[in-house]
Amino acid sequence: MNTADQYLKAIYLIQEMEDGPAATGALADMLDVSPASANEMIGKLESRDLAEHEKYKGVRLTDEGIARARDAIQTYCIIERFLANVLDVEDFRGEARELEAVIDDTVADRLDTIINRNPNCPDCFDAETDACRELEVECERPAD
Amino acid sequence: MSVSHRVGSDHQLARLLQIGIVLEEVVEARAHHHYQSLGADRELDPEIEALLADAAEESAAHRERLEDVIADLDAESIPFEDIETLVEAQYAQTKPDDFDGVLYDQLCNEETAYKFYDDLVSAIEASDARFSVDRDRLLDTLRSIRADEADGVEDVTKIMETRD
Repeated sequence: MNTADQYLKAIYLIQEMEDGPAATGALADMLDVSPASANEMIGKLESRDLAEHEKYKGVRLTDEGIARARDAIQTYCIIERFLANVLDVEDFRGEARELEAVIDDTVADRLDTIINRNPNCPDCFDAETDACRELEVECERPAD
Repeated sequence: MSVSHRVGSDHQLARLLQIGIVLEEVVEARAHHHYQSLGADRELDPEIEALLADAAEESAAHRERLEDVIADLDAESIPFEDIETLVEAQYAQTKPDDFDGVLYDQLCNEETAYKFYDDLVSAIEASDARFSVDRDRLLDTLRSIRADEADGVEDVTKIMETRD
């Protein structure tokens, strides 16, 4: 998943949790980057009509940005589900976070051929637990 | 969540190599199934037959090379029988029903594998982490497998072009 897609996914998840624009600080925290880096990428997403920045409020995805973010979440869901159900990885969530930057969506699509993903994906994704709700593994809320 | 495109530890490297092994397993199993299922009710095209046999053989060889690296990393192994069962269970739902479908599926397999190794090589090159396997040997292995996948894409494309 490329860097822009990771930002789109993070903005989408924060928007869902906050029911409003994603504050730059919250986005930087979620991605563990500096606010300056987050601002720079927000500018790039704006120039590609994927996001709109509202002064003092934060960033909000356009319809196209939302579609891209939902694709990125599907890719992430595939990685989590693959780690949990095929490789039997206990800390599938932590490892998915480490691997998402290196796993391309075409690769995830191939991995998708051997897992049973829920048809409602990515609506199955729970932003609070950072995991698919349908995973047959108990999810605990991540520590802050 | 992290935006780093680097491989930073033995554990992460082992996990990525395991994913490579599964991708090879998927290619191997699908090529084998294509061969079996198409041969059951019609005469096989010798060119496609050879392509699929080579693809299955090459994937098995790649899998062994990746397993050798993982063994040196001392990471846990994957239950291949389980993966084979999963591939077989899912295959019936997605299997192509003619030669062109088989070739297209094979092209996707080769392209996906190429993309995976290309990203992995870049992520290792971008990393200054020390692994418990020799870095040059690791990169040589992955680059050589990547070159095989590039050849594989070319082989399938050539056959597809001659059939147009």
